[in-house]
Amino acid sequence: MKQKQNNTPSPVQGAKNTGGAGRFVTVVIILLCLLALGTALNVNIGSVSIKADAILKMLWDALRFSLANLFTGGGFDDELGAVTGASTESRIIFSIRLPRMMLAAVLGGALSVSGYLLQVFFRNPIAGPFVLGISSGAKMVVGITLIFLSGFMGHIGSGTLIIAAFIGSILVTLLVLLFSGKVKNMSMLLVVGIMVGYICSAATDFCITFASEHDVVNLTSWSMGSFSGADWGEVRLAAIICVAGVLASLLISKPIAAYALGEGYALSMGVRIKAVRVTLILFSSLLSACVTALAGPISFVGVAVPHITRTLLKSSKPVFVIPASFLCGAVFCVLCDLLARTLFAPTELMISTVTAVFGAPIVIYMMIKSKRKRED
Amino acid sequence: MSRFETKDLAVGYGGSILIHDINVKLERGQILTLIGPNGAGKSTVLKSVARQLAPIGGAVYIDGRKLSGMTQKELSKQMSVVLTDRIRPELMTCAEVVAMGRYPYTDMFGRLTEEDRDAVRGALSLVRALELSERDFSTLSDGQRQRIMLARAICQEPSVMVLDEPTAYLDIRHKIELLAVLRDMAKRGVTVIMSLHEIDLAVKISDLLLCLKGDTVAAFGTPEEILGDDTIERLYDLMPGSYDLTFGSVELLKPEGLPRVFVVSGAGSGVPVFRGLQKTDVPFAAGILFENDVDFHVAQRLSDFVVSAPPFEPMTDAHFNAASRLLSSCGAVIDAGAPMGTLNAQNARLISFAKSRDIPVYESLEAMQKREKVTI
Repeated sequence: MKQKQNNTPSPVQGAKNTGGAGRFVTVVIILLCLLALGTALNVNIGSVSIKADAILKMLWDALRFSLANLFTGGGFDDELGAVTGASTESRIIFSIRLPRMMLAAVLGGALSVSGYLLQVFFRNPIAGPFVLGISSGAKMVVGITLIFLSGFMGHIGSGTLIIAAFIGSILVTLLVLLFSGKVKNMSMLLVVGIMVGYICSAATDFCITFASEHDVVNLTSWSMGSFSGADWGEVRLAAIICVAGVLASLLISKPIAAYALGEGYALSMGVRIKAVRVTLILFSSLLSACVTALAGPISFVGVAVPHITRTLLKSSKPVFVIPASFLCGAVFCVLCDLLARTLFAPTELMISTVTAVFGAPIVIYMMIKSKRKRED
Repeated sequence: MSRFETKDLAVGYGGSILIHDINVKLERGQILTLIGPNGAGKSTVLKSVARQLAPIGGAVYIDGRKLSGMTQKELSKQMSVVLTDRIRPELMTCAEVVAMGRYPYTDMFGRLTEEDRDAVRGALSLVRALELSERDFSTLSDGQRQRIMLARAICQEPSVMVLDEPTAYLDIRHKIELLAVLRDMAKRGVTVIMSLHEIDLAVKISDLLLCLKGDTVAAFGTPEEILGDDTIERLYDLMPGSYDLTFGSVELLKPEGLPRVFVVSGAGSGVPVFRGLQKTDVPFAAGILFENDVDFHVAQRLSDFVVSAPPFEPMTDAHFNAASRLLSSCGAVIDAGAPMGTLNAQNARLISFAKSRDIPVYESLEAMQKREKVTI
């Protein structure tokens, strides 16, 4: 079976060898189409049905307005309401459905890229912010912040939450790093991640036990994980952090590719290993922290989506995988969120309920596949 | 000025010295091979030479420039490596793995120019692996993988190439092919430094050998200079077994005790008999053998009772007497069937002598084993 010899083109005519760029463009176009479809469905479907042509008109007005206002900034959502008319329909679209869908897209993408960076770091395809307990770590610190700081500060903004989640992510990543040491074994890393996740959950529960009822309500609704209640401020914040993080990751795509050959080789090719490792940890933590702070812990997207992306691209070139993962994650989360809010409407499912249904089987499949490979 | 030089290099881990006073000088296009027993520090020396491990004392120079004074990028253009790390890149074609060798020369995003592609193709054809270029690296056999890793090192266009046991895992054909490529590289002016376990191959491929044992360099020089009869046996503490430098062949432990079988042979007919007796642990005597006979080389490594005669002279009565005395003490004789001529007529006399004394004479080892299971 291994002998699937050359049905490949003769490498001598290597001019054709574009290194998978053609496939990349195709995949990106398909993903963009899917994203457009997901957007359309998300905006269209809901407990209040709105006619498609009305939506299109509103969107068109909004687009014109936001293009005109792109550089002036300012009270985007309020003024937008003024332009598109303050009808209930436009409220539903512009204040509820659209920001929610945008947040799902941006955070889904960020989560996927974060997972991808972790997989590069651990040289292990099973790594991801949720699987390694990093989301739980973020949750722990966010929980502590919500419980203890809200007493002092009253309302806690998304910025503070992101910082808290970032601290939690970094702490747990370092902890996993400490425990896993030189472990290259896929299942061991997983075990370490799960254990660290339990420790963090235990700490969170401990805090909840001693917290006042009011604070706990806040925490519980947040920790369920959901994109609901998103507003434009959150979307803007998430977009700035995530897009910046993804672009920065793209800048280190060359050393990332070399890093995949192992540290010895990377070093001999001139990669500054320590800098790359620190960058990987910082960016992956930042991205997953942003997600956890704004939408709560979301499971399996970080593992499943990069895997799907690599399979689609048939390549692991970081220059292609990073942007494609972002897009793919956006599509994945937008569609999952659509399912989460429509499947049992008016009851909304937790977003993790849906992502786990699709993501967990992929993880199991990868475990089995990698085991088979080793036994060969 | 030498291409490559070490001055009083001391290497080791964590501040403790493993090997010190390594002084090596290599010209352009020379091949240096490190040999020595397991744990002698071959890999440690290679790692230090490649700056993957900081030397504890002394320094390494390429073209008169101190290695520790170079930037990582400068070094990566001077030196490439083939390590023992088994890399597991996902979804990378062989051409992509090889192209990683262009790392020091490509732009920020690692894009390949036409020149880079030419270098990749050139390296692939040098290791005769052009037909593998579009294959997924993870589907390759060990031999193919090693060729690809070698091509990667070649296309980095180094002036010095460092290889840690490049022939490990390879079958004999791939070993020979790989070493031929290294010879070819040397001819093109690349200085090659590597470690090998196969002493026979090391002697044949290397311009210079560095023997490592214990905490110092046991010997450094051309194979002819440093290899005496028992260099290898001393280097590897081979005392129970033995190693024939001329033929690169290993003999296992000598059977102990007084000889029970006398073998009459010549011109190579005795070798399989001697080895067969060694396998069944039967001590034997052999004679009369000319000292330029392969039988003699093997016999004296497997038995303490060998009667030999100087070559190109007829064997004498003295030889016969010595041999017949030994033969009388043995329970059986094997006549391995040497061509009988005028110079070795004493051997024919020896057979007749055995028959006259009623000592059984067998024409092969198998014939003897069938009959004498009990007595021998």
